[in-house]
Amino acid sequence: MNNPSDVPGGDLPWLDATGPDSALVVSTRVRLARNLAGRPFWGRNSPLDREGVVRVVESAADESPGLTGAVMVRVDGLSKRERSLLHERQVISRELAGLDASGRVRSGAGLLLGTTASVMLNEEDHLRIQAFRSGFALAAAHADAAGAEGELGQRLSFAFHPEFGYLTSCPTNVGTGLRASVLMHIPALVMTREAAKVLHGLGQVGLTHRGLSGEGSEALGHLFQLSNQTTLGKSATELLDHLGRLVRQVVEYEERARIALRRDAPTALDDQVWRAWGVLRHARALGFEEAVTLLSSVRLGVGMGILPAVARPILNRLLVLAQPAHVAQDAGTGLEDEALAMHRATVVRRLLADTEGGG
Amino acid sequence: MSLCVDCHQREAVVHLTQAEGGEVRTLHLCSRCAAERGVATDSEVGETPLGAFLAAMGSGGAMLAAAAAPDVHCPACDATLGDFQASGRLGCPTCWETFDRPLRELLRRVHGATRHVGEAPGGTTEGAAALSMPQQVARLEAVLAAAVAAERFEEAAELRDRLRLMREAAE
Repeated sequence: MNNPSDVPGGDLPWLDATGPDSALVVSTRVRLARNLAGRPFWGRNSPLDREGVVRVVESAADESPGLTGAVMVRVDGLSKRERSLLHERQVISRELAGLDASGRVRSGAGLLLGTTASVMLNEEDHLRIQAFRSGFALAAAHADAAGAEGELGQRLSFAFHPEFGYLTSCPTNVGTGLRASVLMHIPALVMTREAAKVLHGLGQVGLTHRGLSGEGSEALGHLFQLSNQTTLGKSATELLDHLGRLVRQVVEYEERARIALRRDAPTALDDQVWRAWGVLRHARALGFEEAVTLLSSVRLGVGMGILPAVARPILNRLLVLAQPAHVAQDAGTGLEDEALAMHRATVVRRLLADTEGGG
Repeated sequence: MSLCVDCHQREAVVHLTQAEGGEVRTLHLCSRCAAERGVATDSEVGETPLGAFLAAMGSGGAMLAAAAAPDVHCPACDATLGDFQASGRLGCPTCWETFDRPLRELLRRVHGATRHVGEAPGGTTEGAAALSMPQQVARLEAVLAAAVAAERFEEAAELRDRLRLMREAAE
């Protein structure tokens, strides 16, 4: 698996900016946690148990017409670079990739990659079924994940309790096992110092938000991931509707903040956007955080008509392609700090040169 | 970078907005302290225990009752409540039966509910029969929404009819 773009979904369709509200919403992810009945959870299972999970899921997938073409990746057989690439693409968690504090990849760690959904195997739950969609598309992402879940569920017996619902290793996921996340770009709310207030005011029943894939500070690239906190007591539809309403509100607030920004500080805004564009087009070394911060200004500039015609899919994909393992992959060698920053700048310049914007 | 309001040491990466007693506030937490408060931050907190959260809420009557019987082992995987408190993770599906009472109390605090609403495995009749009427309706609604989203309109029309019949029967 030398080139991750050769696998299903490898061209990152969920970052192609074709989905609804793509100006402000980068992507939507829905995951369903499922466990196999009668088998110990992660933490109390043996390498043999974990192999059993991989085996039964693989054969269930083979028999599922809806999962034709799905590829089983043995994460525990991959190099650190390959695991990092998958993690940067968000298809596997830091823990499954063995990039957490433990620094070890667990035996049986697997990934079933389909065209519309993927399944992490032997993560905290036996199955973590995930689907990604471009833009703000909760129902579509859920339909993708539920489709794969339904196919597998016809052939596997999931642990289910008549009162508690789908049983999970951690009680915070029990019931629907559903976690939906919407990755939003809200720079104007941050710049007008409204973000904290807005996110604050939305918490009627509990909403969590965190930075881009948990990296660095919450405001890195002005990207926030909003997700449901509870999984039990409401149907999947209710949970998605609730999160969707909150996202819709944040979109409206961001649009209002952009109007205020243009009214109150048009020159500073113009300068910031063009300056970011200039640095990204000409810098010879870029850190990841710096690149993402500058990309945020460019993205804002495109959204507000300050910069013409920079292709949004490229801005989205750079969120993945500017990360360390991807930059190293592009260079074809292992790179350390300085060389990595230099090659990142090269990657950014090359991709931005492909767009016609900026003049 | 803002620091976690609980430990004042690690960087706050989780921002929990919650309503408590009519007052809305946001807590800035590192992923470990967030996990300890029972906030799901997805898999990034794999090694961080819900256990401390459990221990902290141990003053609740149900937890005390359970803690007074530390010798109870799950018949399927041999895990104890102490194991759960230490790791924040249950050992197997049977643990959910074994530790039913303390888990119920925990679910009430974490989710504000103890009863699942919605989908059951495979759409089997056994699964459906175990569900109450409102649960069956909710489940069908979810299936319907998925069918509409996937533009499977024939299926959606059929589901809509079934839903109407179920609602009429319920009245």
